[in-house]
Amino acid sequence: MIQHLVDGILVGSFLSLGAIGLTMVMHILRFANFSHAELLSIGAYSALVFDKVFQVLLPFSAAKIGPLSMTWALALSVVLAMAFTGASAMLMDRLVFKRVRARGDELSMVFASFGMALIVRNVIGLVFGLSSQLYSKDIVFAMVISRDPLLLVKPDQIFVFGAALLLMLGLHLLLSRTTFGFALRAVAENPVLAQVHGVNLQRMITAVWVIGGSLGAVAGVFYGLSYQITPVMGRDLVLPIFAATIVGGLGSVYGAVFGGFLVGIASNLALVILPSGYSPSVPFLMILAVLVLRPYGLFGEARP
Amino acid sequence: MIGVISYLVFFTTVAAILSIAVLGLNLQWGNTGLFNGGVVASFGAGAYGTLILGGAPQESHFGGFGLAYPLALLGGMIFAGLLAWVVGVLTLRLRHDYLAIATFGVAVAFENVARNAIWLTGGAQGVRGFERPLRAELGDGFLYNLIFLVAVLIALWLVFLFLQRLTVSPFGRMLRAIREDETAARSLGKAPDRVRLTAFVTGSVIMGLSGGLYGTFYAFISPQDVLPILTFQIWAMLIVGGAGNNAGAIFGTFLIWGAWTFSGWALARFAPIEAQLYTGSIQFVLIGFVIVGMLLWRPQGLFPERLVVSQPGANRDKPQAEGLT
Amino acid sequence: MPDPLLVVSDLTAGYVPDLPILKTVSLSAGRAQLTAIIGPNGAGKSTLIKAVAGLLPVSSGQILLGDDTITGIRPDQMARFGIAYVPQSDNVFRSLTIRQNLDLALRATKDPAARLAAIFEQFPPLADKQAEKAGTLSGGQRQFLAVAMALAVNPRLILMDEPSAGLSPRAAEEVLDHAKALTTEAGVTILLVEQNVKQALRRADHCYVLAEGRNQIDGPADALLKDPALGRIYLGGERRVPA
Repeated sequence: MIQHLVDGILVGSFLSLGAIGLTMVMHILRFANFSHAELLSIGAYSALVFDKVFQVLLPFSAAKIGPLSMTWALALSVVLAMAFTGASAMLMDRLVFKRVRARGDELSMVFASFGMALIVRNVIGLVFGLSSQLYSKDIVFAMVISRDPLLLVKPDQIFVFGAALLLMLGLHLLLSRTTFGFALRAVAENPVLAQVHGVNLQRMITAVWVIGGSLGAVAGVFYGLSYQITPVMGRDLVLPIFAATIVGGLGSVYGAVFGGFLVGIASNLALVILPSGYSPSVPFLMILAVLVLRPYGLFGEARP
Repeated sequence: MIGVISYLVFFTTVAAILSIAVLGLNLQWGNTGLFNGGVVASFGAGAYGTLILGGAPQESHFGGFGLAYPLALLGGMIFAGLLAWVVGVLTLRLRHDYLAIATFGVAVAFENVARNAIWLTGGAQGVRGFERPLRAELGDGFLYNLIFLVAVLIALWLVFLFLQRLTVSPFGRMLRAIREDETAARSLGKAPDRVRLTAFVTGSVIMGLSGGLYGTFYAFISPQDVLPILTFQIWAMLIVGGAGNNAGAIFGTFLIWGAWTFSGWALARFAPIEAQLYTGSIQFVLIGFVIVGMLLWRPQGLFPERLVVSQPGANRDKPQAEGLT
Repeated sequence: MPDPLLVVSDLTAGYVPDLPILKTVSLSAGRAQLTAIIGPNGAGKSTLIKAVAGLLPVSSGQILLGDDTITGIRPDQMARFGIAYVPQSDNVFRSLTIRQNLDLALRATKDPAARLAAIFEQFPPLADKQAEKAGTLSGGQRQFLAVAMALAVNPRLILMDEPSAGLSPRAAEEVLDHAKALTTEAGVTILLVEQNVKQALRRADHCYVLAEGRNQIDGPADALLKDPALGRIYLGGERRVPA
């Protein structure tokens, strides 16, 4: 039980990071982006490539960081993957979403994101192969935190959790302390008024994609560190991330963080009562429960 | 020669069955503006419902009620409708993309249950023990397939007629009115939520019919038949044909299904053996490009809706004007 | 009018390109004056002010601010030309605190700290509530915050869309008095749309009457107040053919 809870918090760390970007895009651009989870794949795979490059160019960077399975090369790669994924998200907007948006139909954006997800996922499969990959083949042993009840935690898990919290804190400071953050929130609330006050809408939209993409990249790498990297990871993550945003309430960054952890924990705790094959359905059940009990989510406001 | 004809019969049967599902989606998206991200759930509900209700009793899984075929098919359609009703009631009063997310979730959960609930659905083995109607009289040969094709075409024609009538009926006009301007429709005393729910459930029942016929045709259904790609394919068929136009939707179905089967055949035939594993990926990318490309360059489809109330272009300045009225 | 700041000539505009709401409207607003636009519902008053602010597409006509042509500028460039716009409703960011609203409005200005202090001095209630969400303000306070945000960029011209709408009579008078004071004391030019005809005319220097998207009459505000034509326009009586 306690093991499921701890595992759930770990899953929650990367779900939250994914959900933050999605909720911002859904709030500011007003469409459900089904291709958001593919940004996690792009992040995970680009980090894999950068990691290989670093290991060749700077052999000493292949050393592990302390007790983690993560190497210095991978740590550097995450930063580059954030930039690359942010740029990819920006590019997807320029090439597709911006043009569909110009016609003013929000549901066509949903539709376009469906198509984009299919393209990105399968192009990744074509480039990197359909089988799964790992950042490190070395086995890292879990630390025994307690024997009764049995609780095992890997050093990587603690790192992932801590790094996720740190990123969220950074985003919180950005949104609550800087005028750039105020501008982002202003655009989310009232784009016209924000423009009246000199906020460049296009620049803010770009910023949202870059933030969403780079947080997604970190989420993707953390997912890859915890499990494995596969071309279908986006497909498997899209529903849990949507569930996190809906549970937290659309547009609420704090809601997305909370929702991510809640979905992660619930999906793992559900394993106590449900056979493991059903865990993909848990996010859907949570969406249904929230829609019945509190349609605008735990932190959300009615904004039809 | 017989081989070609029999293949054409097979191809036309499947395309006609899929056309019915595309028509159901057209009612939801084309006429009402509802985004159904889980077409496979309605399709699968119809197929599983029909086969479980109409099949012979099984040791290994639930069902095998041996109902008369029309009742079994009707049951499948009702099951598809019920599923849609639950999702619709919960999401149709919210922001429009909630429906997209919830229906997508239903499809994931549906495939998940189909795969895992062995006692209910037979799991990965699928539903067994279903006998095609009139098989004793007609046998398994070409004659059966030909008569089945005629039956499917009649079903397609009936659905087409029904939807054509619906489009020009007061209800159809109301659907378009709500799609174009919900606030205006509401102020005229219409209840958009209820009208949309009716259209959504009706569309899903039609998809259920399509799924039921599909299950009947193969006398078998398994999780492999309710994969998410089917949703994408059906969407591509509609957008190519032209959302809002029933005849265009049918044409789009034949076109995309033709292109899909042809590309599968061509890849299997001509692609190097190492690449065979990636046939699916290549086809999926193509479907994705069809969807995105149509949205970018020809959003009205090859055969646009003729009955247009107001041009989508009228919203061109919406991002700026929003919230200002 | 000698050397007006804003000159609008033959402006045709609307929400949809082919459906103009404003038809060849012309007006000018004198420097450091309060110019009011009044007219019955649907006259195109708000459309006019939004078109000047760059929020609506202009199909023909010209807008001059001093020597600059500002026809069809992007709304986020308004501040660069020294224009501020106070929308009728939803004119503050409710989910941000009052301080954050002001910081946002001040972010491109030179000495934001000094300006913020000046604003707080001018609007003491805002200083007291600076850490609260703007959504919690009363209607009148919210209007003052909106005006304070508009003043942040040190504008030459403020466009106000029905600032007294939804306010209590007393709050409405306060807001309009403040607008008048801005023109006389700070030398700001204000173009104001008002439903509240008498209150607006009492404070305005010059006034334009619109109906059905066209100019009807205009003149010094005190003269218009006595003009019987005004009543006829509001009652939907005979319409003057635009000149």
